[in-house]
Amino acid sequence: MSAKEILTGAEALIRSLEMENVETMFGLPGGCILPAYDPLLKSSIRHILVRHEQGAGHMAQGYAQVTGRPGVAMVTSGPAATNMVTPLCDAFMDSIPMVCITGQVATTAIGTDAFQECDTIGITRSVTKHNEIIMRAEDIPMAVRQAFHIATTGRPGPVLLDVPKDILVNTMEWHWPTDEQVLEALPGYRPIINGDPKQIKAAAKLLLSSERPVLYLGGGVLKAHAAEAVKELAELLQAPVVTTLMARGAFPDNHPLCYGMPGMHGTATAITAMQKADLLCALGARFDDRVTGKVAGFAPEAKIIHVDIDPAEQGKVRKPDVPIVGDCRLVVEEIITAIKELQAAGTAQVDITPWRSRVNGWREQFPLVYEPSEPGERLKPQFCLEKLRDAAPEGTIVCAGVGQHQMWTSLFWNFTEPYTWVNSGGLGTMGFSVPAAIGAKAGQPEKTVWAIDGDGCFQMTAQELVTATTEGIHVKIAILNNTYLGMVRQWQEMFYGERYSEVDLSGCPDFVKWAEAMGCVGIRVESPEEIDAAIERANSINDRSVVVEFRVEEFEKVFPMVPAGATNDQVLLHPTQESRREFLK
Amino acid sequence: MSSINTNNPYGDSHKHHILSVKVQNRPGVLARVSGLFARRGYNIYSLAVAPSHDTNFSRITMVVDISATPLEQIVQQLFKLIDVVEITELDPRKSVEREMLMASIQVEGERRAQVVDLAGIYEAKVLDVGSASLTISLDDTPEKLDDFEELLRGYGIVESQRTGRVALPKLEREAPKGVTKGKAS
Ligand SMILES: Cc1ncc(C[n+]2csc(CCOP(=O)(O)OP(=O)(O)O)c2C)c(N)n1
Repeated sequence: MSAKEILTGAEALIRSLEMENVETMFGLPGGCILPAYDPLLKSSIRHILVRHEQGAGHMAQGYAQVTGRPGVAMVTSGPAATNMVTPLCDAFMDSIPMVCITGQVATTAIGTDAFQECDTIGITRSVTKHNEIIMRAEDIPMAVRQAFHIATTGRPGPVLLDVPKDILVNTMEWHWPTDEQVLEALPGYRPIINGDPKQIKAAAKLLLSSERPVLYLGGGVLKAHAAEAVKELAELLQAPVVTTLMARGAFPDNHPLCYGMPGMHGTATAITAMQKADLLCALGARFDDRVTGKVAGFAPEAKIIHVDIDPAEQGKVRKPDVPIVGDCRLVVEEIITAIKELQAAGTAQVDITPWRSRVNGWREQFPLVYEPSEPGERLKPQFCLEKLRDAAPEGTIVCAGVGQHQMWTSLFWNFTEPYTWVNSGGLGTMGFSVPAAIGAKAGQPEKTVWAIDGDGCFQMTAQELVTATTEGIHVKIAILNNTYLGMVRQWQEMFYGERYSEVDLSGCPDFVKWAEAMGCVGIRVESPEEIDAAIERANSINDRSVVVEFRVEEFEKVFPMVPAGATNDQVLLHPTQESRREFLK
Repeated sequence: MSSINTNNPYGDSHKHHILSVKVQNRPGVLARVSGLFARRGYNIYSLAVAPSHDTNFSRITMVVDISATPLEQIVQQLFKLIDVVEITELDPRKSVEREMLMASIQVEGERRAQVVDLAGIYEAKVLDVGSASLTISLDDTPEKLDDFEELLRGYGIVESQRTGRVALPKLEREAPKGVTKGKAS
């Protein structure tokens, strides 16, 4: 073999990332991570310099969500590491594969309260799938290989590697561990991929024999690339499908079997179908409280098939009748085979046409609605979304912040393809959308990326548009500016007797000027007459990022809504539909 | 048999279970395990950690409260820790358990003799003798320890300490229930 190759830890780190096929990473240098930024100069990896480390984390998430590849972020120690905590937690909650590298003070200084020292491993332990401090330069390749393996397999998630400065400076003999060596070093990590055949058969039987089945799709369907298989299953059974906030796009909204999003702000039909079902087939979904409402009153008559790659999700919230641990795609394919075998052997499916027509009846009675604005009134946010949706090019990726605008986007957009929806589901991180959109665009440069943001959210991370401008990553931002922390204002209106406490954002900056100051095109839309031209213009600009500020109605509320603590039966319908409530039976 | 002590956390064997957890000997592994319990609101009654015969691994024996969280959930969450290699659930009824108690007792004269007698009955050891006190140790089942401790209390315990519990499956019975290997996600 060739002669020994001696590298510094920093060189080994960057080479390891190259070996893991990292093409793009997001970060910002500083004292402890400095050595790693030197070999980056000669690396094939594109490094995107952010303006705040939180941005690097969310960009990595957006990148991962649309490419299916792990997002990579690298930052320094101390304050940079703490700035990374929010994206790590966000990625952990939403099972997003991510590898984060943080600098650390030299091993000799650890524990001395050295400058920019913090206990990164301790702080991030509960928000990562795994984390590790690297204590010897020669351990770097193995640590990096393990990090990517853990982040991308099983239930994906963020992995953090903390690298002390002296480890980056020390030298090591370059080597690249084999797959076998990686597995051997991780004896406690063997994700279960294949579902138990007995349970798969039980699931098939249950699916054929239930009268009111619903397929309840979660983000795991997308993680497992199971959308095709799930569609086949739904069509085979002609069973109604609901897609959670994390699963929007996993099943096409324009499919006749798709009944939209369930949950706190889900459609009346999706919520009620689950409530009345006699079987919920949960695929890569985790019975989140925002979906179940009060657990005791959730889908009271339903048996549960629960397919999840994480054994700990089985029975965490709702005890399944048929638990299946495994990869969602493989399991669903096996269920399809089992159903076909049962059918071939003479087991016919129970007739579910009465159930489907019941569900269709709800859909007809309770479409998504809003009251259009009268001439002279402010724009309705839903109207802006419909306009944006209808003008969006094929395959557009949509990102959202957190709040009313997020719910409206999820409800009013028409998702027809997987991996076109990026949002912060589990953690609900305001400020997610701008950096996530930049990361998504970096990962899918051919696609149009729209971020739908709130005025509150935008003010949390807008500075990353400077990153977008300098890096030539051109995204489009729509701010639905209601001059309030809208979602919180809605709760105060509904549940705190209209006592508005600290939600008024009317002292807002001039978003157009702000956009321009960051090198973007800024457009303001105040009336319905301006809207089409503005959106057309925004869509036609391809050499810069665009920020379109829509001045929208301040007091619009998101409906339907299941109040916190209520059961899903107590869903509040749009006021214009409440009188028809009796039909929800 | 042992007396009923309602304050005894181990008293109701249906509410506690022993987990014998084999972990990779990596830095911070104990923090990961205890952090998980703290973060998810699970209760640990006792914890004992020591290297196992293979120095790459340690064994954590813990008594967990399953009145609030099902054992299965605790086990599966533990298994998500990358460093956890194997978890064996030990049903208290099907395992041998040991714990150690050390207690210093303020006793003089005749009462001292009584305590020494008591120690003899329980096969406890007198570890240390002061001018007006004794330190006694006993290793036995948790129930025996409870019993002994209660009797000692009548004499005035100045200070006492118990170790966490260690346990192994009973030999002559079937294999331990539910050895779960290499499950994680
Ligand atoms: C970092 C963070 N802080 C606070 C919250 C609580 N919160 C949820 S929605 C919301 C209001 C969001 O306001 P805006 O971005 O203007 O969106 P809108 O609801 O008006 O559409 C707040 C404060 C949060 N989710 N994230």
